[in-house]
Amino acid sequence: MTEQKPAVTEEKPIADEGHAQGAEPVIRVEGLTKSFGDKTVVDGFDMSVPRGAIYGFLGPNGSGKTTTIRMMCGLLTPNGGSGTCLGFDIVKQSRQIKERVGYMTQRFSLYEDLTIRENLDFMARMYRLDKRRQRVDAALEDLGLKDRSHQLAGQLSGGWKQRLALGAAMLHEPDLLLLDEPTAGVDPKARRDFWDEIHRLSDRGVTVLVSTHYMDEAVQCDYIAYIAYGKKLIDAPAAKIPEQVGLITYRVEGDHLVELSRELDGKPGVEQIARFGSALHISGMDETELEAAIAPYRNREGVTWQRQRAGLEEVFIHLMAQSFDNFAAPGAKPGESP
Amino acid sequence: MISLSRFLAVLTKEFIQMRRDRLTFAMMIGIPIMQLILFGYAINTNPRHLPTLVMMGDAGPVSRAVLSGMKNSSYFDFLGTVSGPEEADQALRSGEALFVISIPAGFERRVVRGDRPDLLLTADASDPTAAGGAVGALNAIVSQAVGETLTGPLAGLAQGPPPFSITVHRAFNPAGETATNIVPGLLAIILSMTMVMITAVAIVKETERGTMETLISTPVRPLEVMVGKILPYVLVGYVQTGVFLFAARLLFDVPFDGAVMAFFWGFNLFVIVNLALGFLISTAVRSQMQAMQLSFFTLLPSILLSGFMFPFSGMPGWAQAVGTALPATHFLRITRKVMLKGAGMGDIGGEMLALGIILAVITFIALMRYRQTLD
Ligand SMILES: Nc1ncnc2c1ncn2[C@@H]1O[C@H](COP(=O)(O)OP(=O)(O)OP(=O)(O)O)[C@@H](O)[C@H]1O
Ligand SMILES: [Mg+2]
Repeated sequence: MTEQKPAVTEEKPIADEGHAQGAEPVIRVEGLTKSFGDKTVVDGFDMSVPRGAIYGFLGPNGSGKTTTIRMMCGLLTPNGGSGTCLGFDIVKQSRQIKERVGYMTQRFSLYEDLTIRENLDFMARMYRLDKRRQRVDAALEDLGLKDRSHQLAGQLSGGWKQRLALGAAMLHEPDLLLLDEPTAGVDPKARRDFWDEIHRLSDRGVTVLVSTHYMDEAVQCDYIAYIAYGKKLIDAPAAKIPEQVGLITYRVEGDHLVELSRELDGKPGVEQIARFGSALHISGMDETELEAAIAPYRNREGVTWQRQRAGLEEVFIHLMAQSFDNFAAPGAKPGESP
Repeated sequence: MISLSRFLAVLTKEFIQMRRDRLTFAMMIGIPIMQLILFGYAINTNPRHLPTLVMMGDAGPVSRAVLSGMKNSSYFDFLGTVSGPEEADQALRSGEALFVISIPAGFERRVVRGDRPDLLLTADASDPTAAGGAVGALNAIVSQAVGETLTGPLAGLAQGPPPFSITVHRAFNPAGETATNIVPGLLAIILSMTMVMITAVAIVKETERGTMETLISTPVRPLEVMVGKILPYVLVGYVQTGVFLFAARLLFDVPFDGAVMAFFWGFNLFVIVNLALGFLISTAVRSQMQAMQLSFFTLLPSILLSGFMFPFSGMPGWAQAVGTALPATHFLRITRKVMLKGAGMGDIGGEMLALGIILAVITFIALMRYRQTLD
C-alpha cells in the first residue's frame, strides 16, 4: 500500500474555494458519466462535498439530479468516471456505503401496504439496529405519528409520506444523507421544521446532499451545485453565486408594470423580466446594453428603479436559458460561463 | 455475510403483505378448485405408435398374423418382448411401454381346435386417452388380420365370430376414468401456473411500485431477498396442494396408492423449480402485467407438451424434446406414478434427476441476471 492518507497533497477543484481545509471530503466524484441507451444523462460530473456541509443540488426537471444521487450511493453503475463516498469507492464498495448512507428517494418508496410502524421496523431490521423498539418509538414520536402508527403508510397524505420517508432514512443515524426533493408537497411549517432539523444534523457533523426546486431552501444551503442537461454549470458557496455569474438586476416598483414589462420585452440587453410580488425584476448580463434599454423608462412617473444584487432565482433562470441555447446550437461549447 | 435478521424481516414483510392482499389470497385457494371442476371433462384423442411389448407364448402363423396386423394398424409399435408377467408389470409401471400383449402358449393349436382362446392385452390405463383409441380398434384389426391367414381347411373358421377372444386388462385405472388420470396431471399445471406467476408478480411489484429503490439502498443482500420472498410462496404451494388433493378425493374419488414420501419430495422439488422460474421471469420484466403475460407464455407448453393434455408418447420427436425440458412433464409423471400406479421413491429417480437439472440451470441464470442496481 503506497498511498497513505495524510501525505497526499490534494489539488482542490477550482470551483469550491470555500472549503480549503485539509479534511477528506465526504463525497468526491470525478468525471461521473451515465447514459441510458445513446442518451447521456449525466456528463462528466465532478463534485466534492466537505464533512458537515449542506450541499444544495439544483437544476431543471430531467437535468440528471436523481441519476447523480443514485450513482453516489451505488444504485446505478456509472458508465464513466470514479469517486468515493465516505471514503469508499462508489463502484466497488457500494455495500459499505449503503450501511452508512440514508437515502430518501424522490418518489415515495416505502411499503404502502405496511403500517407506519411496520415500515420503520422493517428499515431498522435492514440495518440490523439494536434497541429496535426504542428507536422506532422515538422516531414515531419525533415525526408526530405516534397515535397513527398502525395506519397503513399508503393512506397518509403526500406531505406526511415525505416526513415518514425522511424519518425512515434517518433511523440508522447515517453519516451522509442523500435527500432527493424531500420537501416536495410539504406545507410551509413542516418545511421550516424540516430545515431546522437539517441544520441541527449538519452541526452534529452529518453531511447532507439535498436536491430541491425551492429558492428559499437553496439559500439555506452552504454550497450549491447547479446542473442542467447533465452538465454542472456552477458549484460554489451559496452566497457567492450571484457575484460569480455577474448578472445585473434592476428592481422596479410602482404602477402600470404590466405595460412596462410588455414594452421592455425583447429589447437588446434585457434577458429576463420576472414578477416578484408587487415588483418587477429586470436582468441582463451586459451592463451598458441593459442600461441603454431601460434609460427611456427610468424617469417615468409613479415608478421607482433600484439596482440590486441578482437573486438566486434569476441567476438560475439565466443559467438555464443559456445552457439551453448552448445545448440547442450544434457545435457550440456547452457549459461555458462568460 | 448473510444476516438472519434481514432475511426474517423480508420474510415477515412478505407474509404481512400477502395477508393484506385479499384478492390474491382468495385466488390462490380458488384457482385449484375451479380448475379441478373445469377440467373434469377430458380431451379425448386418438394417438398412434404407442410403445408395446409382446409376451410370446406361441409363434405360429396365426400369432404372427395377429402381431403384424396390430403393427400395420399403426396404433402399436413393438419395442421387443418380455419373458414373464413381472417383467411386463415392471415395464408398464416405469412407463417404458403402454401395452403388453400376451399370446398364450398353444394359442395356434387351440384356434384350430375351435377353443376360442384368449388374447390378453394389458394397457396402462392411467392415461386412458392414450390407450382408448388403440384398445377400441384392436378387435377389428386382429380379426381382419387373422381372417386373411385362415385359408384352406381352416377357411370355415373365418366365417362367423372370430376364433378367439380378446381380453383387455386396464392396469392402474380399471374403470378407465378420465378424471382419475387428469386430476394428478392437473396438479402439475395448477402449481406451474400459480407458483410461477405469484413469485414473478411479487418481485416485480417492488420494481413497479418503486419500493425496490429503498430496498436496495439498504445493505440487504440478493440471497436474503430471494429466499425471503420465495419461502412464503412455498407454503402457499403446500396449502394449494392440500386443498387440491382433498377436493380431488371428495369429488372424483382419485386414489393415492403410492408412497407419500415419494410424492412429498417430488412435490417440494417441483415447487422450488417453479419459484426459481418465477424469480427468473421477474428479472426480465418491468411491470406486473408483463410478469403475468410471460408466466402465461411459459404455461402454454406445460399444458400442451407435458403429456397433460395430449399423450406424451403420441407426440412427434421435437415436441417430446421440448416436453422433456419442462418441469411440469416430470412432475406430472411423478404424480401419476405415485397416485395411480402406487410407485415409491425408487420409481421416480429419473424424474427427480431431471427436475434437479432443470432447477440448477434456472437458478444459475436467475442469479446471473439479478441486478443489485436500478440499471
Ligand atoms: N432508467 C432510466 N432509463 C432511461 N432514461 C432515464 C432513466 N432514468 C432517468 N432517465 C432520464 O435521465 C434524465 C435525467 O433524469 P433524472 O431523474 O436524473 O432528472 P432529475 O434532475 O432528477 O429531474 P427532476 O427534477 O424532474 O426530478 C431524464 O431525461 C430521464 O428521462
Ligand atoms: Mg429527480
